[in-house]
This record gives sequence, structure tokens and C-alpha cells, in this order.
Amino acid sequence: MQTFFQQVINGLSLGSIYALLALGYTMVYGIIKLINFAHGDIYMLGAFWGYYVINVWHFNFIAALLSAMVICGLSGVIIEYFAYRPLRHSPRITALITAIGVSFFLENGMAYLFGSNARDFPQIVKQVNYNIGGVRISNIQIQILATACILMLLLQLIIRYTKMGRAMRAVSVDNDAAQLVGINPNLTISFTFALGSALAGAAGVMIGLYYNSIDPLMGMTPGIKAFVAAVVGGIGSVPGASLGGFLIGLLETLVQSVGLSAYKDAVVYVVLIVILLILPTGIFGKNVKEKV
Amino acid sequence: MMILKVSDLAVNYGAIKAVKGVSFEINEGEIVSLIGANGAGKTTILKTISGLLKPVEGTISYFGKDLKHKKASHIVAEGISHVPEGRHIFPGMSVKENLQLGAFLQKDRTQVKELFTEVYSQFPILRQREDQDAATLSGGEQQMLAIGRALMSKPKLLLLDEPSMGLAPIFINKIFEIIKAIKNRGTTVLLIEQNAKKALSIADRGYVLATGEIKMEGTGAQLLASPAVQKAYLGG
Repeated sequence: MQTFFQQVINGLSLGSIYALLALGYTMVYGIIKLINFAHGDIYMLGAFWGYYVINVWHFNFIAALLSAMVICGLSGVIIEYFAYRPLRHSPRITALITAIGVSFFLENGMAYLFGSNARDFPQIVKQVNYNIGGVRISNIQIQILATACILMLLLQLIIRYTKMGRAMRAVSVDNDAAQLVGINPNLTISFTFALGSALAGAAGVMIGLYYNSIDPLMGMTPGIKAFVAAVVGGIGSVPGASLGGFLIGLLETLVQSVGLSAYKDAVVYVVLIVILLILPTGIFGKNVKEKV
Repeated sequence: MMILKVSDLAVNYGAIKAVKGVSFEINEGEIVSLIGANGAGKTTILKTISGLLKPVEGTISYFGKDLKHKKASHIVAEGISHVPEGRHIFPGMSVKENLQLGAFLQKDRTQVKELFTEVYSQFPILRQREDQDAATLSGGEQQMLAIGRALMSKPKLLLLDEPSMGLAPIFINKIFEIIKAIKNRGTTVLLIEQNAKKALSIADRGYVLATGEIKMEGTGAQLLASPAVQKAYLGG
């Protein structure tokens, strides 16, 4: 039982990273129906930014986190503007392939500029372990969980109660009607990319802190897993993405803990296949009927 | 005073020439009705005025300003509000949020409050259903919400696309009364309807549109009395 709770704690920490990433996928999909495969690489950019500012400018955790969010938010906006916006009226597959291209560009661009070796992430937070009833939890885990929860709560508040949040929802459900009330869809889409990418940036800094190691290809697997999380939760659904992220994190950790480490990635994809077969719209997904 | 002048407007819908050189004008305080069968180009004209579609030829001048190159969101800011065909309320959002979105461009909070009071006094049912998901409203209520949302932007010119479509007869009469009330409050209305009889009976002037061209024009009463209109649109 102790091992189980231990794995739950580990799973939730990892899951909160996936959840932050999944939110970006789901928001972007919600508003322009694009699976942004470059999203995992934004998370990598966030980790590298964190690495740089902590080593060179001696930023503390909060400053590194916030600055990574700003930088990644900007990167998201720039990528959308140059790569996706010109394809707004092209077939969806064109934008999807472009997203894969952007992903390769970021991965290989970073490898070219900074080398493809893994590097140690500076440990600014000194790890302290607490023992609660035999379950070990580190201050870093607490920090990751708390930060992720605060960010998700803030996101929820922005989407629910701010003007831009309402605009995001309006553009997602009905772009034409949104324009008719005076919403500028391009601005709203940029804002969505900024929010989603900022969350990915935060996740990148936190994973650096958690796993200590970063490299230019670090975004690939978590990116795909977060995408699976978004699909499990119901792509387009914000609460679904958070829930899906935690579920995938828990699943992965539990699979590892029963000695199937080698299969931890495979299990996630099996889940994706099963979900697509029995619950194609995910947990919170809406079953939208195509209008004829 | 003329507020909108459309000259030689031509619009393509993909490969189809939906509107071929249409000209008409709207004076301040009028209800002007465009009538015509399905596919005559009525909706295309409205969408072009509100900026959702771009014309291939012609001009749209609003208080003397050219609207042709403006974005839809700017055209709303200029005071033209479009209630689209099929209502297009925002599902999954409450009635109140839908109305708030209607006031998206209003910066002043007290102004927004006043607009809420005004729209609620015009449509008391919307106040009752304030917190309800807009998608759960009946068709007639959704139409009121769509009109209320458009009024939240304080339009000088209201574009209404088939507001009576798919509604129960009791709601149809109500919607036409609402349109008259909107006019009496000083908002100019461009009304598109398949229900030609009702539309012409409240319109100051009307235009008959067929296959992308204007075939007839006149006052509402003239068109109602015209044998050609009666034959084509009013069932003899």
C-alpha cells in the first residue's frame, strides 16, 4: 500500500507536467482544429531557457519559471504567425504537416546551436525529502504539483471570466458569429497560442528541475504523451486535458512500478488506441455532429 | 439621410456568381426589406456588408465611408450589427455570456450595464434565463437572444437575416413586433425574409432580388400590391 501511494505521488508530479502540456494541445485544437505537433518542442525551449537564465543570470525558480513562460508564449505567437496563419484556409492536413516541420526545425535548430548532448539542469532548489507515513515526497514534487495547480486554476479563471477568455470560447464554437460581435479572430488565436505555450514553458522548467537532464529532443515523447492525454480527456476540453494529463502520468508511473518500465511508453499508446476505439471523443469530449 | 449605399455589388461564392451588380440604399430610420427566393443572393449581400465576405466589384459606402476593405470586427465597431441566419448563438455559454460578448467592443462598464438593462427590458425572458446555457433555449428565445446580442453593440444599422425562419407562428408575429420596436427606438433595419408578406408589411421600402440581381423596388405597400410580387412570392 505504501508503494502504491508512493507511486501515486510520483505519478501526480509527472502527470501535472503532462497536464500543462495537454492544455496547450487542447486549446489550440479547440480554436483552429490543429494538432500542434511542435508543442512539445516549446516545452524543450522552456527548459533550455530555464537552463540558460539560471546558469548565466542566476535567476531563482520563480523568475526562471515566469521568464520561460513569457519567452515560450512569445515563441508560440511567432510560430503561429509565420507557420500556421498563412495556412488558415488550407486543408487541415497541410497545417498538420507544417506543425511536424516546425517541430523538426526547433529540435534540429536547437541541436545545431547548442549541441545535441544532454546537459544537467542546474539544481536551484535544494531537494528535501519529507516522509509522511512511509511515503516519501520531495519539496520539488510539492513545488511542481502546486505550481501546476495554480497555473491550471489561473487558466480556468482566464477562460471563464475574462474578456479574452470569452473571446477564445466564442471563436472556438463559432468563428463567424465571433467576428460579428467584433472579436478579432487572429488576435484571439495568437492569445490562445501565447497561453498554451506559456504553460508548456512552465512545464519545461519544472521537468528540468525534476529530471535534472535536458536535451533538444526531450520534447518529443512528452509531447506525444500529452497529446494522448488531451485525446483521453476529450480534445478541445480544458478540464479534460488536465484530467487526462494526470491519468497518463499515474498510469506511466504505476506501470513502471510493477516492473514493466520497458513498456511504459507502449502502455500509453495502447490507452490511446483503446480510447479511440471505445470512447473516440474522450472523457469530456462533445459528440459534435457534422452539419450538412 | 442615407446611411448605407451599395453600388454595383458583385460577390462570388467560390465559383458561383452569387450577387451580380446589385445597388440599393438605406436611409436613416427605415426598415428596408430584401425579399427573394432561396439562392437569390440575399444572405451573401448581408455577409458582404458585415465583412464576412469580400466583394469582387462594387462599393459599400456607410456614412460616406468605404467598408469594402474593413474587417468584420471593425465594421461592428462602426455601428453595423448582423444577426446571422440560423441565429448562431454561442452554445455552451450562458445567455448572459452571449450578451456580454455582444458588447465585446464596449469599453465602458456602466454603458454595458445600461445596455443589459435595455435589452432585458425588451426581452424579459432573457433575464429569466440569464444563467441558462443558450443552447437550451427554444428557437424563438434563441432568436431573441441573437437580436439582443446584436443590440448590445449599440448598432446604428441592424442587419437581420431570416429572423422568422423555423419559428412557431406565435413567435413569428412577436419577432416582427420586435423589429418594429427596434425601428421606433431609432435603429435602422435591413431585413431579409422569405416571409415576404410579413416583411413587406412592416418595411418602409423593399427590393425584390432574384438570381443575384434586383428585379423590382418600391415602398413596402407598393410591392405588396404589385401583381408580379404577389404571383412570385405571395402565392397569387
